[in-house]
Amino acid sequence: MTVAIPQIHYLALAPVLILFGASLALLVASALTRAAMSTRLINGVTLLAALGALVSTFFQWSFVAHHGATTTVAHAIVLDGFSVVASGTIAVGLAMATLVAHDWSIRERLRGADYQILALASASGALIMTQANDLIVLFIGLEILSIGLYVLVVLDRHRATSAEAALKYFLLGGFASAIFIYGAALVYGATGSTNLTSIAYFLGSNVLVHPGLLYAGGAMLLVGFAFKVAAVPFHLWSPDVYEGAPTPVTGFMASIVKVGAFAGLVRVVLSALGTQLNTWRPILWVLIVLTTVVGASLGLVQRNVKRLLAYSSINHAGFILLGIWAGTSRGVGATIFYLMTYVPTVVASFAVVTLVGGVGDDMHAIEHYRGLARRQPWLGGALAVLLLSQLGAPFTSGFYAKFSVLASVVDAGSGVLALIALLAAAIAAVFYLRWILALYSDDDIEATRIEVPRATGLVIGLGVVITVLFGLWPGPLAALAQHATVLFTP
Amino acid sequence: MNVPAAWYLILAAVLFGVGSFGLLTRRSALIMFMCLELMLNAVNLTFVTFARTLGDIGGQATVFFVMVVAAAEVTVGLGIVVAVFRRRSSTSVDELSEMKG
Repeated sequence: MTVAIPQIHYLALAPVLILFGASLALLVASALTRAAMSTRLINGVTLLAALGALVSTFFQWSFVAHHGATTTVAHAIVLDGFSVVASGTIAVGLAMATLVAHDWSIRERLRGADYQILALASASGALIMTQANDLIVLFIGLEILSIGLYVLVVLDRHRATSAEAALKYFLLGGFASAIFIYGAALVYGATGSTNLTSIAYFLGSNVLVHPGLLYAGGAMLLVGFAFKVAAVPFHLWSPDVYEGAPTPVTGFMASIVKVGAFAGLVRVVLSALGTQLNTWRPILWVLIVLTTVVGASLGLVQRNVKRLLAYSSINHAGFILLGIWAGTSRGVGATIFYLMTYVPTVVASFAVVTLVGGVGDDMHAIEHYRGLARRQPWLGGALAVLLLSQLGAPFTSGFYAKFSVLASVVDAGSGVLALIALLAAAIAAVFYLRWILALYSDDDIEATRIEVPRATGLVIGLGVVITVLFGLWPGPLAALAQHATVLFTP
Repeated sequence: MNVPAAWYLILAAVLFGVGSFGLLTRRSALIMFMCLELMLNAVNLTFVTFARTLGDIGGQATVFFVMVVAAAEVTVGLGIVVAVFRRRSSTSVDELSEMKG
């Protein structure tokens, strides 16, 4: 008996291999060297790996543009425009998060390469999720992403809240994973395959006499994803974990997990279960309404900025789901565009929060931001721009992102849903604006000047530049996002 | 004696239900872990049953992946519990309520 080795297209796997290879290299090196490696070296390697992954996505893009979308490793991995753009976004997010973590680990006197090893591995899991064309591969990607994050949350052992947050995250995350994989098992039973393309083909050519199994399976997959992207009512872990985790880890989590999980969700809902879209729409509808409205409303009562940003990210998750609800190529394009603009903005926001948090990483009350923009116009002003973008103010990238998902929903025929989301955005605007007002308030409590280290300053600057540049000039990025969906293989 | 496939599926569903009920109601982190394992093993049983009825080897291969993931999860989870225990000398999740809001 011979075992058929599937063909492997290494370009398709290049970003994953680079990140995971760098993670392993750092792990081995830190195990072999007696003295702790220099922080600069470790972060240099991490940054290089992230940039290498970014560069390899350019090669992937030109391959896809010439040869069209392909699958590899026995159709388990797909390389298409959607996966390339999502991978590139993850690489950018990882590079920015690494720079923030560099200054943070120096400030907190954390030695060793723990953060970088886990962040690289975690990000490679997110990359696998963007490329998975099989429910099992998707599950493996999800777990690589999550298990790394559970440890990252508890990385700084001096923080009292970290262990609590990690345990909550672990138990609820494990629960979500179990539900997800049970859903995969039920879909496998109903359709006879775990491959997304085969599932789509089966559902397109057969009418299920008893669709109960498929519906139960699909619903459980949806619940698993809803946990990971923190959609209401599966969001309960998110504020505690955001607050308890070290701030750079929170920034990493808020950006990279969202991209990976939403990429997986788009593939499952639109590629595998695309023929059943009308069955899932009512469920997504309820999920979106709850997520946008509850995220915005509970954000109003928060005094801790990390919890506030947690509810803000819940609100964002609702908006990103809008593009998936639409289910059209315009909707998918809007989803990608939203993710592309959301990642730099949110990483840069958390970079500012990291700086204001100070040594020990615990000054996160909104009071600590009073008068920041008056004392330090550049730092405070940057945060104000980033918050305006999250709010969706015109001339920032957030405006066009929100506009394009809403337009795709109206296009797909639900003006009501767009209206509800718009109202939620208006509620959310209150807490963003309150924070911005605090930045520019007069009452100057005696506060020390915050030193802005070079790497973190670069990240904040980059975040602001991207936010404003693509706010004024969204054309190229929107065209790229739209082009990516053309290459999307069902 | 030939046991119908449906029985296995029902058993798996019951195990999964027991696991999730336990995870949501029990207050000891260690018992919650065991419930998580129970859920994952219910998934394995489901996969094997379907693989058998469909005559497809893929479902059986999947079980190995799930087992590896379960092992990795437990390793990390126990590490976290130890970290919590060192701080508070208790593994009850009721006492973990520093953060609220």
